[in-house]
Amino acid sequence: MIGRELREQFPILHQNVNGYPLVYLDSAASSQKPRTVIDAVRKYYEWDNANVHRGVHTLGSRATDAYESAREKVARFINAKSTDEIVFTRGATTALNLVASSYARSVCGEGDEIVITPMEHHANLIPWQQAAKATGATLKYIPLQPDGTIALADVEATVTERTKVVAMTHASNVLGVINPVKEVAAIAHRHGAVMVVDGAQSTPHMKIDVQDLDCDFFAIAGHKMCGPTGIGVLYGKKAILNKMEPIEFGGEMIDMVDLYESTWKDAPTRFEGGTPIIAGAVGLGAAIDFLLEVGMDAIHEHEQKLASLAYDRLSEVEGITIYGPSTNRVGLITFNLDEVHPHDLATVLDAKGIAIRAGHHCCQPLMRWLKASSTARASFYLYNTEEDIDQLVKGLLETKEYFSDAIG
Amino acid sequence: MQLDDLYRRVIMDHYKQPRNRGLFEGDAVTIDLNNPTCGDRISLQLKVEDGIVQDARFTGEGCSISMSSASMMTQAVKGKSFEEALEMAEKFSAMVKGEEVTFEEEAEDIEALSGVSKFPARIKCATLAWNALRKGIES
Repeated sequence: MIGRELREQFPILHQNVNGYPLVYLDSAASSQKPRTVIDAVRKYYEWDNANVHRGVHTLGSRATDAYESAREKVARFINAKSTDEIVFTRGATTALNLVASSYARSVCGEGDEIVITPMEHHANLIPWQQAAKATGATLKYIPLQPDGTIALADVEATVTERTKVVAMTHASNVLGVINPVKEVAAIAHRHGAVMVVDGAQSTPHMKIDVQDLDCDFFAIAGHKMCGPTGIGVLYGKKAILNKMEPIEFGGEMIDMVDLYESTWKDAPTRFEGGTPIIAGAVGLGAAIDFLLEVGMDAIHEHEQKLASLAYDRLSEVEGITIYGPSTNRVGLITFNLDEVHPHDLATVLDAKGIAIRAGHHCCQPLMRWLKASSTARASFYLYNTEEDIDQLVKGLLETKEYFSDAIG
Repeated sequence: MQLDDLYRRVIMDHYKQPRNRGLFEGDAVTIDLNNPTCGDRISLQLKVEDGIVQDARFTGEGCSISMSSASMMTQAVKGKSFEEALEMAEKFSAMVKGEEVTFEEEAEDIEALSGVSKFPARIKCATLAWNALRKGIES
């Protein structure tokens, strides 16, 4: 049950865009939502909606149950030891900022180091820049290999006894490369540093086991894994989370409030001040149910097949440059066509109902490394099919023709 | 959605053979501007005397729309006073929002970009060079 059969469950895919059936190849930016997720959010609002953890009335209990059962689903999904390690956030960006603003700023000082890579999304780069500036720590980069991968020897050479934090994306949103975060975490730990993993691009597509990876923090974006926008997760090891100061203060996160002093509840509540993203969490829980029913291994295998087919088919297009390694990658392909700027390409494809991403993909330093000001990206998910790739290739060939005619 | 409304021949001509591309050697006001959402960037140089744009050149990286727009703009503002140049910039903004406007004969190439109004995602590409011009004049 994957690919074509699954499309039935995604209402949005059944429409024409600019007169053509929609071919959605931008799931790495945001995935589409199955009916079960849309229904779960609607049912929550139509039946269970109330504030959580506060009132004694029935709806309040139902809303609390719905919210907390979503937390249990997330914990099981990524194999966390306990639900206390699952903090709901607005998204992966907020999750990473929380670690940088709270943890990193409290442990880093002058001369300490924060280690990242040039392939990070701005959300896993700027928070560390800012934390380094605020604490006097040095921001260091693990260099990339020519094919865009990370060599463990370079990690060893970059991480030192002064390193407090190593932060790395699990899967690159541009290169598609899957990083050896488990091995990197071991190196980080050997030097007494914590390991922060940006899982925005991996969690939707492969089985995640945070205990096996032994990372200290792991960030998740709900909307990229069939869930609603506005919900994400920060996984953190319990002992570390409970030592961290909250960065937002307000209702629910407190233990005791006095006129001049206050104390906090334990994690995750201390990081969820104010009314939390209840409906978003419910939707994310439904998304996890959906993904598990399809099976994460089946999803990964399906996308590997599509990515490898796309890689082969696109490689045959004359004048194309494909970025990133040819193997061990998630289901996305970033490329450029000679003589056609990615924006122009995306506009022409859009006129044929094909949605791809064009631009710097929130990775300006990586674009500079690739020596491209902008690139085009097609990304696949469980509802994409081989026909989508046929349409993409056909669209690319037509675009080339269109521009050579237009240039005349 | 008609692609030919956007990619008119005159646009592709300016894209492939940009006018006034390459910076001056020597003194000129330089304005660097980028479009942070997509990575397009332009460096615009103006030679100004007595409130008149004597000459304009640019370099940059971007799509056919942003680069052709820069090419047309640098042609159009030569010999114009600040006031006239700003008036053209206003007219251009109105045009890409879908208003019907006409430019004088020497600058009528610009009207080819009116199709951008039907492609909302591309309006920022078309206005980049004109925003650089505005910034230059205002400073």
